Amino acid sequence: MTSCGTTTGVEPPLAVLAELTHRCPLRCVYCSNPLALDPASKEMDTATWCRVLDEAADLGVIQVHFSGGEPTARKDLEQLVEHATKAGLYVNLITSAVLLDRERLARLRDAGLQHVQIGFQDTMAGKAEVISGFPGGHPKKLDVAREVTDLGLALTVNAIVQRHNIDRVNDFIDLALELKAGRIEIANVQYYGWALKNRGALMPTREQLVRMDEAVRARLPELKGRLVVDYVVPDYYASRPKACMGGWGRKFLNVTPSGKVLPCHAAETIPGMAFDSVTERSLGDIWANSAAFQRYRGTDWMPKPCRSCDQKEVDWGGCRCQALALTGNADNPDPVCDLSEHHGVLAGIIETDGGTAETPFIYRSFSL
Amino acid sequence: MTASAERQVTEDDRVRLAPGVMLRLDKVRNHWQLLGPERVLILDEVALDVVRAATGKPVTVREAIDDLARQFDAPRGDIASDVLDVLTDMIARGFLTR
Repeated sequence: MTSCGTTTGVEPPLAVLAELTHRCPLRCVYCSNPLALDPASKEMDTATWCRVLDEAADLGVIQVHFSGGEPTARKDLEQLVEHATKAGLYVNLITSAVLLDRERLARLRDAGLQHVQIGFQDTMAGKAEVISGFPGGHPKKLDVAREVTDLGLALTVNAIVQRHNIDRVNDFIDLALELKAGRIEIANVQYYGWALKNRGALMPTREQLVRMDEAVRARLPELKGRLVVDYVVPDYYASRPKACMGGWGRKFLNVTPSGKVLPCHAAETIPGMAFDSVTERSLGDIWANSAAFQRYRGTDWMPKPCRSCDQKEVDWGGCRCQALALTGNADNPDPVCDLSEHHGVLAGIIETDGGTAETPFIYRSFSL
Repeated sequence: MTASAERQVTEDDRVRLAPGVMLRLDKVRNHWQLLGPERVLILDEVALDVVRAATGKPVTVREAIDDLARQFDAPRGDIASDVLDVLTDMIARGFLTR
């Protein structure tokens, strides 16, 4: 085993999720941003982000994902893309697309942008706009998606799946093919942040998930070589947890608009954690030495039954934020695991929250 | 929409990096890699030579195989089957396109 608590045992990270801003014109009910959003006044300036990008590249980061909120709300996005590219990073843009047009996309491409991922709330405009709270958004997304591929950029259709659209998973795949996307991410909503608030209005039934799973798997053979399918299975219905973020502090880090560095984008939900900021320490120092990254890195922190489990370096104990949300303690094994003494709570949640009903939504906003 | 995407690459094909895919030397890890949306493919020396020969200039797969056979002074038949397998696999995984 590597010495997980020391600098020497830590592998370099693969990717940084750079949350440039929490501002967003959409109000998606499944948003995984924290309930307490950073206001514009707390956002880091261009120069600080450029330094963070340089530090990321030096640390061994390969890909940067400019995200948010809506990253195109930042007027300096072109500068940041260019800086990241010159630093040797592969640049992804994770966007709602509603603020983009061909001219800006062309400028971003010329600055070095490689890949644009556009989130789709549904395949039907009216239904999509109920989820996003943004009238007119869906046709705008379609227009921008066509410009993305026309400009020679890679396109991912991010299909955010919940009870109201899960039966149209085939339509999402057809949409990705029609838009000439190279990749589709079939992302079942993960219940953090605003999504957790709306879990009772979003979570599908087991029957819906089984139907979706059969539909996706039936199409995989014909899609090989045409469309890369990344498929995030909702783990509330699983018996083994996912290796959240590929393991805590193993592959990814997340920088918030104000500069806090998190092992995952939902880590701020865990009480008693202090997160260091790139305004005070370097990214490399935080990655290697900060208490937040060390807390659940590796296997030394693990409780029973993880500690003696042969899967401990496969799933790394699952998701800390999910353990917190469902058992009240982030130190517990992820209750998705059927070896967890808390596994039974999932059945209860599925019973109370899983469904098909039209429960009222709570829309994302800067003030609850 | 063709059903032919999955077919084996032939020597008459021309292949190129798929949109959003780039070849990069990772100086921290000291290896070459193909980067695409949300993914990384680490290339060994053989795969790197194949990618360079087939995508570095506008050639047919046949011409790329000829180049590699000359470069390595190896039987063309051996090189050809390796090259076709590598390229077919990379297309199936979305890193290359015809």
